[in-house]
Amino acid sequence: MLKKFDKKDEEAGGGSNPFQHLEKSAVLQEARVFNETPINPRKCAHILTKILYLINQGEHLGVMEATESFFAMTKLFQSNDATLRRMCYLTIKEMSSIAEDVIIVTSSLTKDMTGKDDNYRGPAVRALCQITDSTMLQAIERYMKQAIVDKVPSVSSSALVSSLHLLKTSFDVVKRWVNEAQEAASSDNIMVQYHALGLLYHVRKNDRLAVNKMLSKFMRHGLKSPFAYCMMIRVASKLLEEEAGSRDSPLFDFIESCLRNKHEMVVYEAASAIVNLPSCTAKELAPAVSVLQLFCSSPKAALRYAAVRTLNKVAMKHPSAVTACNLDLENLVTDSNRSIATLAITTLLKTGSESSIDRLMKQISSFMSEISDEFKVVVVQAISALCQKYPRKHAVLMNFLFTMLREEGGFEYKRAIVDCIISIIEENSESKETGLSHLCEFIEDCEFTVLATRILHLLGQEGPKTNNPSKYIRFIYNRVVLEHEEVRAGAVSALAKFGAQNEDVLPSILVLLKRCVMDDDNEVRDRATFYLSVLEQKQKVLNAGYILNGLTVSIPGLERALQQYTLDPSEKPFDLKSVPLATAPITEQRTESMPITVVKQPEKVAATRQEIFQEQLAAIPEFRGLGPLFKSSPEPVALTESETEYVIRCTKHTFVNHMVFQFDCTNTLNDQILENVTVQMEPTEGYELVGYIPAKSLLYNQPGICYTLVALPEEDPTAVACTFSCMMKFTVKDCDPNTGEADDEGYEDEYVLEDIEVTVADHIQRVLKPNFGAAWDEVGDEFEKEETFTLSTIKTLEEAVSNIVKFLGMQPCERSDKVPDNKNSHTLYLAGVFRGGHDILMRARLVLTDTVTMQVTARGGEELPVDIIMASVG
Amino acid sequence: MEALTLEPSLYTVKAVLILDNDGDRLFAKYYDDTYPTVKEQKAFEKNIFNKTHRTDSEIALLEGLTVVYKSSIDLYFYVIGSSHENELMLVAVLNCLFDSLTQMLRKNVEKRALLENMEGLFLAVDEIVDGGVILESDPQQVVHRVAVRGEDVPLTEQTVSQVLQSAKEQIKWSLLR
Repeated sequence: MLKKFDKKDEEAGGGSNPFQHLEKSAVLQEARVFNETPINPRKCAHILTKILYLINQGEHLGVMEATESFFAMTKLFQSNDATLRRMCYLTIKEMSSIAEDVIIVTSSLTKDMTGKDDNYRGPAVRALCQITDSTMLQAIERYMKQAIVDKVPSVSSSALVSSLHLLKTSFDVVKRWVNEAQEAASSDNIMVQYHALGLLYHVRKNDRLAVNKMLSKFMRHGLKSPFAYCMMIRVASKLLEEEAGSRDSPLFDFIESCLRNKHEMVVYEAASAIVNLPSCTAKELAPAVSVLQLFCSSPKAALRYAAVRTLNKVAMKHPSAVTACNLDLENLVTDSNRSIATLAITTLLKTGSESSIDRLMKQISSFMSEISDEFKVVVVQAISALCQKYPRKHAVLMNFLFTMLREEGGFEYKRAIVDCIISIIEENSESKETGLSHLCEFIEDCEFTVLATRILHLLGQEGPKTNNPSKYIRFIYNRVVLEHEEVRAGAVSALAKFGAQNEDVLPSILVLLKRCVMDDDNEVRDRATFYLSVLEQKQKVLNAGYILNGLTVSIPGLERALQQYTLDPSEKPFDLKSVPLATAPITEQRTESMPITVVKQPEKVAATRQEIFQEQLAAIPEFRGLGPLFKSSPEPVALTESETEYVIRCTKHTFVNHMVFQFDCTNTLNDQILENVTVQMEPTEGYELVGYIPAKSLLYNQPGICYTLVALPEEDPTAVACTFSCMMKFTVKDCDPNTGEADDEGYEDEYVLEDIEVTVADHIQRVLKPNFGAAWDEVGDEFEKEETFTLSTIKTLEEAVSNIVKFLGMQPCERSDKVPDNKNSHTLYLAGVFRGGHDILMRARLVLTDTVTMQVTARGGEELPVDIIMASVG
Repeated sequence: MEALTLEPSLYTVKAVLILDNDGDRLFAKYYDDTYPTVKEQKAFEKNIFNKTHRTDSEIALLEGLTVVYKSSIDLYFYVIGSSHENELMLVAVLNCLFDSLTQMLRKNVEKRALLENMEGLFLAVDEIVDGGVILESDPQQVVHRVAVRGEDVPLTEQTVSQVLQSAKEQIKWSLLR
């Protein structure tokens, strides 16, 4: 064989690859040799190799071609040459998805699978299962069961793995083989045990109890195969996670005992399982961290990598747990594998002290160019975390970020950097000017539209407030001249914002905007014309309303409202206040548990919760006359303990003059059916009950919804805060737990629920005003009230701020919800829209002496909301 | 988003690749739909090769996947798995493949020898990974199952172990009866 190849090579002038210039048609032509008798096994095997090589190179075989050569190949089963036969199996597997009628080899394969030659049997099983569909499977079921418990490991393994593949299509058939798999699981062969365990788990994974039983059995007996141990650890940690909480369970003990296994693979799997457990305490982490520490000095790169990657994860949540490994990590900083070095440095950045930052940053910049984008993002994330931790290091870190920004890189990487810089600018006013000017430089040469428009928006927002706004205008106008439409449009909007806020630059902005009116692109022209005419009015109110603080309604809601208006035209002009508001994004502290890989988030706009509610409510005839839904309370409130007979959760929906309480009810008793379920409510204030929409029937474990409608108080409109006592009324019918058949007769019953609180927050929707000052002036002081309060129970400014925000349910603006350290006074700006669509703004000046004193000024478009706010604060 | 903790599964390996020193594909087997088209696969292989062929560092994270690799003269071996996968399992697969080939090619792991023994490679990979599941991790076993050609193979160690193995089996059978 070898000789033959050599000769060929020489003929081809010593070319190194005998397969290099294969022609598909020529090879398939050669396949005719298969029909010759007697069969030449060498030659045929070589031709099969060529065909496989072609498929492997990504060559596409047509159905006809494949079927033809497949049928020719079936002749080769006459030969008893072992290699040839094995190549046939491979070809069958490769062609099973391309050629037609592959099942004709079933009988040949079944023969080999049950034959005497062990070397044929395993591969034959795998090839057979590849071509078998669920109907055919019944016919070979008997052989499969035998194969699973076969004494030859390769046969048993093959059968088990093939069964696993078959689970996807024929779950019900394979399910019947668990007894055989169970027997195989106690095999002495490590691979057989692993495969059997895997199959058993996959069959049973939806049956928690069975999985638990299986685990405890193997935990008792122990396993031979390290692979099987890894599998068991994963199953155990999954169960633990679902259980949530109790670490005393034998499952956790099992995982921990695996830390002392003799196989590194198992030890690592156990350590990483412990690290990944949610809400793990430092004490539980300690043993895992110390084995990882040992791995850090392993000669195997993969082990060092695995260890440091896992430590990196630990450092995100428990930096102190990793400090013990700092010395080992320092050694890894110079590792020849750059991935390991990067992970080591970023871990150190999380755990190390402020003083080590400069040194580490220098080291990391020396090899930034050698690592892949994935790791660069990891580095940026680490820096971003550092900025929050050590505000004093901003200068060093910013410089580093800008050097990175200038270098080559993909979108994800650049976006991570820009995100990080923007968050630094927002957090730290000192670094604003340098940050903005660096970003200006970046957009001069930025290939990513999304990033360019984002930075332009930021410039428009922050630039006018700086000392020298004209500097930024030059950069922005350059974009108008040089870029494509989307960026130009963004630049025009940014320019208008400068014009609206700075009197000095207004004339030059007007000149620049006039030039844009002649742009090629519609959007750019439209924006320029619109802004130009607004700015020429020179009225602050208009500037605030149309340039600085844009639309606050939800866009899909607006679309729907407009569509309805066109379907049903009326004399009245379209009222923007009838459109539901966009739910302001609640700014959360950035979670730091980001996974190392960058996960692409789905970017499509999903229907928001409120829109879903709106549609549900609109479908109920009784609620038609209520007008548009104003607000739904964010999280359903549980009115029962979670473990009781009935689980009731309430969501409050606010309309212009009414409120609807939606009760999501679940019946957890399997021997009862509830009918005609209502929740009776008893208000303490002037609310008036209007009606109930009952849930017709509540079957076991099938959630149902009932509603209660109340009208808002008319006599004293300021008394919006109220407590309702609730009682669930229903008819109980006993039923058979198994069949679900109910008795005809039922009886009335009641169930007391917890009280529901309605607060002022239910009547206000949070709205973000990007420019609070402008909005404040826009609303004017026509309805302004001011009062001073003492908050005697509150000891710090932070506490006061968070309480006020929570109580009123309004949106903090201008980042005024963050109280700077070491200050005795603070001003909080809140914005919202009151039910009925009136803007309401509030300024709270807080002074800390022993207690917090608060001076509240509220402005609104109408008197009532202002009164309500003031009344509720008092 | 991919779950942070791994759903327990036997499907470990996403792909096995062998490239030559120009980064061209000699062998490639993808076991799931991470890269469904040949074009995407080739692009991925190119990326892998560019990132790894100059360094001898065994492991890397690329396009959100863990890649373990090894090179020998003019060959580059890669085993690819999810980034949440136990790296050591992937290394076990890589080592098994490499050691099996070392034995089969009589320590001559280079492009020319490999191409002359292409069917051996196909069969070996088939014995090591089946549809993404690790089928065997012991190179001895793999070589034993692949090396069925009687006449050509001189009486080397493997045949001895083969003889021993079959003798063992024989004894086992006779005992079981």
